[in-house]
Amino acid sequence: MIPPAEHVHWLFATGFLLLGLCLFARAVVGEEVWGRRRWRAYLWPSLLFGLGVLMWPVMVFFTNSAIHMMAHGSWAQTMMLAGAAELGLVRGKLKSPLWRLAVPLALFASGAALLVHEQNGWFFARSAFLHHALGWWAIAGAAVAVVSALRPRSPVWSSGVALVLVVVAVFLYCDRDVAPVFGHLSPLAGERHR
Amino acid sequence: MSTQLASERLAVARRSARARVIFALGPVTILAGFVWAILQPYRITLLHPRGQGFWWLLVEPPLLVVLAGVAFALVVAPGLIDDLEEAEA
Repeated sequence: MIPPAEHVHWLFATGFLLLGLCLFARAVVGEEVWGRRRWRAYLWPSLLFGLGVLMWPVMVFFTNSAIHMMAHGSWAQTMMLAGAAELGLVRGKLKSPLWRLAVPLALFASGAALLVHEQNGWFFARSAFLHHALGWWAIAGAAVAVVSALRPRSPVWSSGVALVLVVVAVFLYCDRDVAPVFGHLSPLAGERHR
Repeated sequence: MSTQLASERLAVARRSARARVIFALGPVTILAGFVWAILQPYRITLLHPRGQGFWWLLVEPPLLVVLAGVAFALVVAPGLIDDLEEAEA
């Protein structure tokens, strides 16, 4: 009953899409209006924390090398840290605004892990291309998230973080186990899926 | 046209640009899912279910996008628009 890897990517894509929608809505209305209902204030940090928790089964069931295990484990940890830090800030348990840097840290760690654990070149197969593209996108997104963390009231930078996550979702939806990218597919990649 | 319908339309017309953006987020996401389904119908395995496994029938990417849009439109957007209009009033 273990799903194919591509299905796991698509399910996570939906989580990131919801996260992006929530963060964009928060950027549009402002932090004050977004936090008027307590459940809503907790919504996106809980979602991020939950995505981190769900990365653990991914680490356990989709480990085909030590470096995959390290990559998935680091995503799980940093996503949970980012979600927990934002929950702590919303609840008032954490006071220092520096905790907001947990989100860019999660993005940077995710980007670095994606780049490190992809052993093949860009045009080996679509999944390899997406790993490289996602890795660099997440690292660029970490820079946007740093500015957003330092200027939390700026709707432009907050929307930027939301856009980063929506594009991550698009990349994840594009993922296939074995498929060509721009007409390229290495014969070593295996039999092509539909 | 009933009085209730007229007053609802008036309320929509009065909505601020920000409220309209929030209102549109869900439907735009749903529309994106439908457009994707039309462009790549083979990604909807429910259209050709014979011989498909459990996960292929459960996880259908364009429908997941539609689902995310529906969830946002029904769960998040209504209360957020109310709170925004209250804050702007």
